[in-house]
Amino acid sequence: MRGIQSALEPAGPQAEQIARLWDVFLITAAVVWLLVMLFTIAALLRRRPEIVPNAASPRVRNAVIAATGLTVLTLFALLTASIFTTRGIASVPDRAIQIAVTAKQWWWQIDYDDRDKSKRFTTANEIVIPVGHPVTVHLRSSDVIHSFWVPSLHGKRDMIPGKPPSTFTFQADKPGVYRGQCAEFCGYQHANMSFWVTALPFPEYAKWVEANRQPSRIPSTHTQRKGQEVFMNSPCPLCHTIQGTPANGKTGPDLTHFGSRRSIAAGTFPNRRGFLGGWILDAQHLKPGSQMPSMTLEQGELEPLISYLESLK
Amino acid sequence: MIQRQTIDASVLPDHAFGSRSIMWWATMTIIAIESTVFALAIASYFYLQGNEETWPPPDTALPGLLFPTINVFILLVSLWPNEMTKRAAEDMDLAKTRRWIVVAVLFAVAFVVVRGFEFTRLNVSWDSNAYGSATWTLLIFHTIHLVTDLMDSLVLAVLMFTRHGDKPRRFVDVAENSFYWYFVVLSWIPIYVVLYWVPRWL
Amino acid sequence: MSEGVSEHGAHVASAKPLEEHFKKEGTKHSPYSLPGDEILHEQLEKTWSPAKGPFRFFMQVDHKILGKRFVVTAFIWFGLGGILAALMRMQLSRPDNTFLSADQYNQIFTMHGVTMMFLFAVPIMEAIAVYMVPLLLGSRALAFPRLTAYSYFMFLFGGILLYTAFFLNTGPDTGWFTYPPLANPEFAPGKRVDVWAQLVNFTEISAIAVAIELIVTILKQRAPGMSVNRLPLYVWSMLITSFMIVFAMPAVMTSSFYLASDRLVGTHFFNPAEGGDPLLWQHLFWFFGHPEVYIIFLPALGMVSHIVTTFTRRQVFGYTAMVLSQVATGFIGFGLWVHHMFATGIPALGSSYFTAASMLIAIPSGIQIFCWIATIWMGRPVWKPPFLFVLGFIAIFVLGGLTGVMLASIPLDLQVHDTMFVVAHLHYVLIGGAVFPLFGVLYYWFPKITGRMQNDTAGYVSFALMFIGFNLTFFPMHKLGLIGMTRRIYTYHPETGWGPLNALSSIGALVLGLGVIVYVLNGLISWKKGAVAGSNPFDGPTLEWATSSPPPEYNFVNIPTVSGHEPLWHAPEHAPVVTGLSTTEKEILITRTFDAEPDHRYTMPTPTPWPFLAAVATAVMFVGGLFTVWAFVIGLPIAGIIVTCWFWPTTPRKEGEAPA
Ligand code: HEA
Ligand code: HEA
Ligand code: CUA
Ligand SMILES: [Cu+2]
Repeated sequence: MRGIQSALEPAGPQAEQIARLWDVFLITAAVVWLLVMLFTIAALLRRRPEIVPNAASPRVRNAVIAATGLTVLTLFALLTASIFTTRGIASVPDRAIQIAVTAKQWWWQIDYDDRDKSKRFTTANEIVIPVGHPVTVHLRSSDVIHSFWVPSLHGKRDMIPGKPPSTFTFQADKPGVYRGQCAEFCGYQHANMSFWVTALPFPEYAKWVEANRQPSRIPSTHTQRKGQEVFMNSPCPLCHTIQGTPANGKTGPDLTHFGSRRSIAAGTFPNRRGFLGGWILDAQHLKPGSQMPSMTLEQGELEPLISYLESLK
Repeated sequence: MIQRQTIDASVLPDHAFGSRSIMWWATMTIIAIESTVFALAIASYFYLQGNEETWPPPDTALPGLLFPTINVFILLVSLWPNEMTKRAAEDMDLAKTRRWIVVAVLFAVAFVVVRGFEFTRLNVSWDSNAYGSATWTLLIFHTIHLVTDLMDSLVLAVLMFTRHGDKPRRFVDVAENSFYWYFVVLSWIPIYVVLYWVPRWL
Repeated sequence: MSEGVSEHGAHVASAKPLEEHFKKEGTKHSPYSLPGDEILHEQLEKTWSPAKGPFRFFMQVDHKILGKRFVVTAFIWFGLGGILAALMRMQLSRPDNTFLSADQYNQIFTMHGVTMMFLFAVPIMEAIAVYMVPLLLGSRALAFPRLTAYSYFMFLFGGILLYTAFFLNTGPDTGWFTYPPLANPEFAPGKRVDVWAQLVNFTEISAIAVAIELIVTILKQRAPGMSVNRLPLYVWSMLITSFMIVFAMPAVMTSSFYLASDRLVGTHFFNPAEGGDPLLWQHLFWFFGHPEVYIIFLPALGMVSHIVTTFTRRQVFGYTAMVLSQVATGFIGFGLWVHHMFATGIPALGSSYFTAASMLIAIPSGIQIFCWIATIWMGRPVWKPPFLFVLGFIAIFVLGGLTGVMLASIPLDLQVHDTMFVVAHLHYVLIGGAVFPLFGVLYYWFPKITGRMQNDTAGYVSFALMFIGFNLTFFPMHKLGLIGMTRRIYTYHPETGWGPLNALSSIGALVLGLGVIVYVLNGLISWKKGAVAGSNPFDGPTLEWATSSPPPEYNFVNIPTVSGHEPLWHAPEHAPVVTGLSTTEKEILITRTFDAEPDHRYTMPTPTPWPFLAAVATAVMFVGGLFTVWAFVIGLPIAGIIVTCWFWPTTPRKEGEAPA
């Protein structure tokens, strides 16, 4: 029972170092606890003389002093181990990939930076990174405090509004999909504010980046075209952007490549037709309090809309 | 019955001044609490200042110096009637205590009046920015203490002119009240420097 | 003064085995009695009589009446907080549960934390001290009795405000530490956060008032001979705790003042858009919040020392080391607050200092644990329920302390911060470190307070249920935190794999709750029907056992004198006593601060309704302050008038105490 979001399943050097430190602390703590219990039980059950001497025996006093001394030494060792790990996970290589993450109530906006403005792109709730490459995230919040946490890759970092972006660097050594979640209580839907980090081998990563730099696909079927029409004529574009179309709202997630995402509503539901339909019609029921309103659609509009969104690979 | 030694308490006095009295310790504890509040308010002030490039922030005028500086003088002079009240109370000299406590109260009233003008010359509103919030709050905190002590002194002054006045316990109260005034004075000096000089120096 | 009484040593020899003591427990008389006490008793009873008549509830000033009320009230809030915990456990017991909505869950976990921290843990520690400290010191009253009454009513009104708001669907919902900007008006419209801020005002005022009384009482009202190096360890812990309250509570008062004014009059302390800073809140809050946990924990350590002494039949090993450890904890406790903020990304060098300091504080805790084990080693354990609660305390608290050391390490904290691991830690130290000793000591002092014994069998059963239930509930949370379960989430998906451990934890909560219920029922039934207890049923060594159970209004007919740590184990029949305090006025003996030599007499006030009225005025002002700042402008002068009436002497004969 290890789970998909576990600090005990490190997948990169930062999380790995912390997991090793955890082993050190866990073993030490277990030994200390067992020793304390052992002595307590011995103290309780030991056979004692008929008349217990009144004065504290020097042996007992020495034992207490020794235990105190051992405590000091143990703590010193733990402190040293901890400080070394702190240093180890803080090193910042300079050729890291830069990704800006902006937390919002209750989802994540992901911006892939590039010198070349035209190569920048925006996505949501899913980060794709290359395996074996350091990644530096620039963490910001646009409303309240959130916290960025992918246990398999690194510890967490708070995102505090009004502060310059906070940066930290991690790396994935194994390809895979790692779950992350907002760790700082941020209101109503704090529980439903997760995201995915997908680590791909570099060539695949490069392909993914290239694909995401493109504007959205042109709808290719009649249904999809109908869906696009529904989208553009509804309030959707006020909040959502779809590159290559007039929709350029900034309140909600960028949907340019929505069809390729694993989940909707910040990891709340899998990205499948049924959930998507439910989400569009009844977001306020599925994730109460979220910024996404429940939409009212005409008869026959929902199916095409879903098809259109799914086509946005 | 068991034979045992006894200690006769009836020969002991029924009041005591200074650190022998429980009132003194209560006053000290309250002073400790309030000093902590002031220290934290000043720390917050500097914490917010550390976030800004300029202090006060752009487009904010410096606070007026005249009234607070007058108040520094009023406070320093007030130490004298205050000390006289304390001594008179410790001597349990009713006439003298009455005289000096009235003088001390008058000083406190003068201080509060000038404080009123001080608020009008802060040149920033509490809701314009964090600097304004910190400034107003610090001054309000000090004013609360000031007014509390003024009320306390007023009540005691009135009390000293009633039939309840000539009691050892009342003299202890008067002495403790004067003691507290020292704290009001002493706490004003750092707050004065922070509120009026720090924005000029930084 | 101490003729015929040996200094230290010889305690065990003079202490009879407990069972034997039970048999000859006919000792109704105080070991400090004199011929003619009966006449004195009648006079004192008249002079010290509590308020009578239909309005007596609002007029009491006796520390025992108020202390008992305080304990009962705190227990009621505990019960409510526990029921909320049960609701949370119900919701979390399986994935995708819809038992509670997000809004309900957020209010409930906040209410649970706020109730437990502000309305239960701190107040109950003070409540017990209000009752016990004068008795342990051999004094007839707590300093400033009217302030105690005021403090009680503030506490009561605060709790009523909180739960009224909760039942009106206006319960705070931003967590017990209420971080802005989530708590700023922009993101938290409505009155929920204001309720939090006003509740904090109520409870802080109440806590500070009691802290002042305890400091003054402990420093000035000790029995002659009880120099500071003979102060009972529990009293030491209350003294240090009170000082911690004095220096910690102002931080939360200041920060809640800022928050309320940000919300009410538009200041910008925490508004980043206007130069404010959300981190300022975190610094101020945790500058209070960390000492707060030791404010809860230190009194528990004192309680443990008393239980260990009585139930191992010997003086605690290392009195001086114990006291110094507690003092050290008190000091270091103010230098740790940043360990709650490691994830904010503050510079590593500065935070490493806080790691070191947090680990440093394990040393005094360790020393105390070692000293108790040494005491048990050298003593003769008596397996009564209070002693079992202490053993449970050792097992649970040491584990919780060790997870604390893990949290103090920055890299580990970055992983487990804000997860169920922290929730596990905080319950291990709060319940194991404070609630277990508390339940033990309430069992221990129960006969003193009620005059009746609790049922031991029920005591064992409640201990067993609580111990097993506790570990079932909270041990799995360590693992849950490590496998990614964040705290304060109302739901989670099945694929996270958190379901089974949560189910286990919820079952544990059921067992734990059952244990609490058995304990509470045992107390309630024994209060009415328990076997009558003598003055000293457990053969305790300290002064509270030197008077009848429950104690008379004036506590002691003759003020005892002491010459060691365990006065009742040192031939108290031979100790001198103090006589000559007035029998017609409520006079108490004031002693010198360090050596406790008799210094002067002091008269205590008689029952009065003014503290109650002052509390009502303050409450109206605070509740009005939820809506408008004018409530303070109008309320303060009214409160001022009431307080003046409170302190205005009635007649020259029966004058009150001076303003505090
Ligand atoms: C009674 C209350 C209490 C007590 C006593 C403690 C004790 C300690 N706590 Fe805990 N703590 C809380 C209540 C308490 N805590 C609460 C309520 C929170 C959460 C607040 C919130 O976020 O809601 C918290 C959170 C908390 C955090 C922040 C976690 C986070 O949010 O990320 C940290 C980090 O350093 C910490 C550390 C410690 C340490 C080092 C101790 C030490 O004092 C422990 C020392 C004791 C021992 C170590 C055991 C005895 C010693 C020995 C037997 C000697 C041998 C030991 C060794 C060799 C190691 N605590
Ligand atoms: C002293 C403090 C204290 C105590 C005793 C408890 C007791 C319990 N706590 Fe709590 N807890 C906190 C302090 C405390 N807690 C704090 C500070 C937080 C953090 C809040 C935040 O994040 O803001 C927290 C958070 C917290 C959470 C995490 C919520 C989350 O992050 O999502 C959980 C979840 O399981 C929990 C469970 C429990 C349980 C099962 C108990 C059980 O021990 C309860 C057992 C008791 C009962 C079940 C009551 C039974 C008795 C009766 C019904 C009888 C009625 C009697 C009378 C009326 C007299 N607590
Ligand atoms: Cu965002 Cu929690
Ligand atoms: Cu802490």
